[in-house]
Amino acid sequence: MEPINEIIPIEMAQFLSTVIQFKMDKMRLVQLCASRLPGQYELSYCFAKGLDMWTLRLVVGEDEPVPSITQIYPCAFIQENETAELFGVKIENIQNDYQNRLYRIDRETPFKEKG
Amino acid sequence: MAKQSIVPFGPQHPVLPEPVHLDLVLEDEVVVGAVPSIGFVHRGLEKLVETKDYKDYVYIAERVCGICSFGHGMGYCEAIERVMHIEIPPRAKYLRTIWMEMSRVHSHLLWLGLLADALGFESLFMQSWRLREKILDQFDRMTGGRVIFSVNTPGGVLKDVDDEMLRSLLRAVDELERELRPVADSFLREYTVGSRLHGLGVLKPDQAVELGAVGPMLRASGVRYDARMLGYGAYPELEFEPVVLTAGDSYARCELRLRELTQSFALIREAVGKLPAGPIAVPVKGNPDGEYFMRIEQPRGEAVYYVRANGTKFLDRFRLRTPTTSNIPPMVSLLKGCQLADVPLLILTIDPCISCTER
Repeated sequence: MEPINEIIPIEMAQFLSTVIQFKMDKMRLVQLCASRLPGQYELSYCFAKGLDMWTLRLVVGEDEPVPSITQIYPCAFIQENETAELFGVKIENIQNDYQNRLYRIDRETPFKEKG
Repeated sequence: MAKQSIVPFGPQHPVLPEPVHLDLVLEDEVVVGAVPSIGFVHRGLEKLVETKDYKDYVYIAERVCGICSFGHGMGYCEAIERVMHIEIPPRAKYLRTIWMEMSRVHSHLLWLGLLADALGFESLFMQSWRLREKILDQFDRMTGGRVIFSVNTPGGVLKDVDDEMLRSLLRAVDELERELRPVADSFLREYTVGSRLHGLGVLKPDQAVELGAVGPMLRASGVRYDARMLGYGAYPELEFEPVVLTAGDSYARCELRLRELTQSFALIREAVGKLPAGPIAVPVKGNPDGEYFMRIEQPRGEAVYYVRANGTKFLDRFRLRTPTTSNIPPMVSLLKGCQLADVPLLILTIDPCISCTER
């Protein structure tokens, strides 16, 4: 049987509670990343248990704050800092917030605009 | 409470082939905290996908890192193939698997050499890298390149191999396996090596999962997960069972990589024996439209390749989550409580690849 590799759209109101549930289910944080949509960001948080993987898909407005998941998964700090720094996603309360200094780059939010 | 002091470690350091920096918080000589800094050589390669044809981007993906080059090309192509519903020919699957396992051999031997060097065991370092040359020579013979050889393409592979190449590979694998034994004995039985690695940086299974560890870090802590079990390449047709150890210390991480070398030799032999005849690629027409999260097992652990395509030849997004990105948080956790003198060894046991992380 093929392992699960499923994308689950989620609203902000259910986001943190779902992440907490995943943590209680002893899921591993696989990765998180942002993609650019017109005027919005699409955030993908992948979690795995065994071979199966579920991706929480959160769509947020350009200036909409996103709660950090580092209170639940402290290991997310590098990827959250990266997402904030490269895309400009407003992630709030990151444990170990590098204040846009994770990467030593000259341009601000270089991945925000396409091309 | 003892007085705390902060010691900067890196970005240039004798045990670090690539730049990474740690602010180590010490009480006497015990590390009580560590703050990692990366980003000294960030290149923004993911961004290039927006202006490069998705077929040409394979060459960029392969240049994310020299050591993990083949796997990055393969992971990217497998993700594209899943978005486009392309079934590659069986021979291409086997060739990718053979080259992937050869990559694991050269990566693990490189790591063993670096570990020996960090221990001050120069002859063991030289022996490890001498053995690594044998597999690089086989890459050269089969593909024309030793480290970056650009053989992946969406739809299959670009180069075929003949019987003489396969015989030469099998001879090299036999030689390597024979000559690895005394080297492995030195790593596993030498008192000086054991005394530096036993009990150092113990990562428990729950901790490994919670901190997001992958690859040898995860499996040496007793967690049975290896992305090769997911069923890509020719792995479903080969006898494969991940190597899992339970001690979770630096010695276990070393032993696990040594055992994975032997496992890779067996996988190469089996794949060569079962290599089917036939074409090595299928034509790929049109442009991808859709998205996929592809996971493959690189030598350093699970890597994730995300592609998001829009029906044009330029992708909207390519994301590579490297094994080192996932292994830095557990490494930081392991550093707490260790002696300053053990910091270089602990960093090495995650087999950090900063080139990948700074993609």
